[in-house]
Amino acid sequence: MLDGDPCSIIENEFVKPGKGQAFNRVKIRNLRTGRVLEKTFKSGDSVEAADVMETQLQYLYNDGEYWHFMDPESYEQVAADEKAVGDAVKWIKEQDVCTVTLWNGVPIIVEPPNFVVLAITETDPGLKGDTSGGGGKPATLETGAVVRVPLFVQSGDVIKVDTRSGEYVSRAKDE
Amino acid sequence: MLADIRAFFATRGVLEVQTPALSPAANPDPAIDSLRCDTHLPGSASPQRCYLHTSPEFAMKRLLAAGSGDIYQLCRVFRDGEAGRLHQPEFTLLEWYRLGFDSQRLMNEVAELVRSLLNQDLPEQRMSYREAFLQYLDIDPFTADDASLAALAVRQGVDISAPGMTRDDWLNLLMSHCIEPALPMHALVFIHGWPASQASLARLSADGEALRFELYLNGLELANGFEELTDATEQRRRFERDNRQRRRQGKPLMPIDEAFLSALAAGLPDCAGVALGIDRLMMIAAGRNHIHEVQVFPLNGG
Repeated sequence: MLDGDPCSIIENEFVKPGKGQAFNRVKIRNLRTGRVLEKTFKSGDSVEAADVMETQLQYLYNDGEYWHFMDPESYEQVAADEKAVGDAVKWIKEQDVCTVTLWNGVPIIVEPPNFVVLAITETDPGLKGDTSGGGGKPATLETGAVVRVPLFVQSGDVIKVDTRSGEYVSRAKDE
Repeated sequence: MLADIRAFFATRGVLEVQTPALSPAANPDPAIDSLRCDTHLPGSASPQRCYLHTSPEFAMKRLLAAGSGDIYQLCRVFRDGEAGRLHQPEFTLLEWYRLGFDSQRLMNEVAELVRSLLNQDLPEQRMSYREAFLQYLDIDPFTADDASLAALAVRQGVDISAPGMTRDDWLNLLMSHCIEPALPMHALVFIHGWPASQASLARLSADGEALRFELYLNGLELANGFEELTDATEQRRRFERDNRQRRRQGKPLMPIDEAFLSALAAGLPDCAGVALGIDRLMMIAAGRNHIHEVQVFPLNGG
């Protein structure tokens, strides 16, 4: 906990002269704002531990204001606000299992699965015979996200997308 | 490298010695923590409280006082709580003492040794602690008040939240965060004339600065040398001051090495000594960035 926000430590360098006080130079990410900052502590000083945990939760539904998730084992539910869901909203649909960071039991970060399989709701008609994937065109997915797909991919096709890069990976066969 | 070190001292007539790593006395320096290592001796109901040495300094000075002449030692030393890119709780120290040397002459020898071990004709630069602060931070470390030192650290972009920073803490912070990274690369940089509060085993100059020097190479603190304090009464006073500071910091007090103090009282010849971190020198020789890369089976978790 730093200035009231939960933070994660990215890098922690031990700095100590032979004959002097040891310091730790720490790179910290503020989990609420995503901002990275560098701070120095005297070695051995302690800060309040944040009650933060990462869990795998299943996305249930959106009620217009909150996104509801459920722990598939305990069936406990939590609601994430728009800020916590962030960009994940572009990728997730009901039943998807997301990595959710909870702070005092409340979701603060929602990360979509690395790969999602989504149907294309709209794209320009494909060119027959082009299977090379060169060039490409924009396609709108069922969740509203827009990705570039190869020319041969059609409306109604189901595709696999890498959510970290936002890039098309392949067509998902027989779905 | 170890063989080269031994050859270097053999040609100079410096005797290799070994002293115990385990001792019932320890180094009270508040910035250095000893590993406690209780030892069961036959015939005794309870174990004897012992510590692993943090440097072989006290024992080597006992040898010097006993008339050993010039000596050196290559040994593993132990410091609790130190782990990181440049630190391991166990590491190799080369420590040597030269009778009749002053710190300038010892710096010459350190430079010769490092050049020959690295097989590089490195340029050399010597500056005083004061000059380093004036040159890199435009502040006099001996006359500036604590508040100015703290304000300077903040201006330099050091974001620190630590209550109870002492004057030496601020000076060390400025040294390690601002000056060390700015020192010239590929040069042997000696910084000498440290605040008396930062050298509990060094003799003081006429104007009250410690006759201590540090060698930096490529931003790494490589060696620390002193013109050795030979006054037993003064040494005891400093140890007691160290232990008082340990008490203030809530750290365990260390049993003072009485045998070492008796040796000083019996008469330590005028000498200068220096300790050089062999693992860091190996990092430079091998072009490595982490001490793990030059140690066999390092302790992880740092």
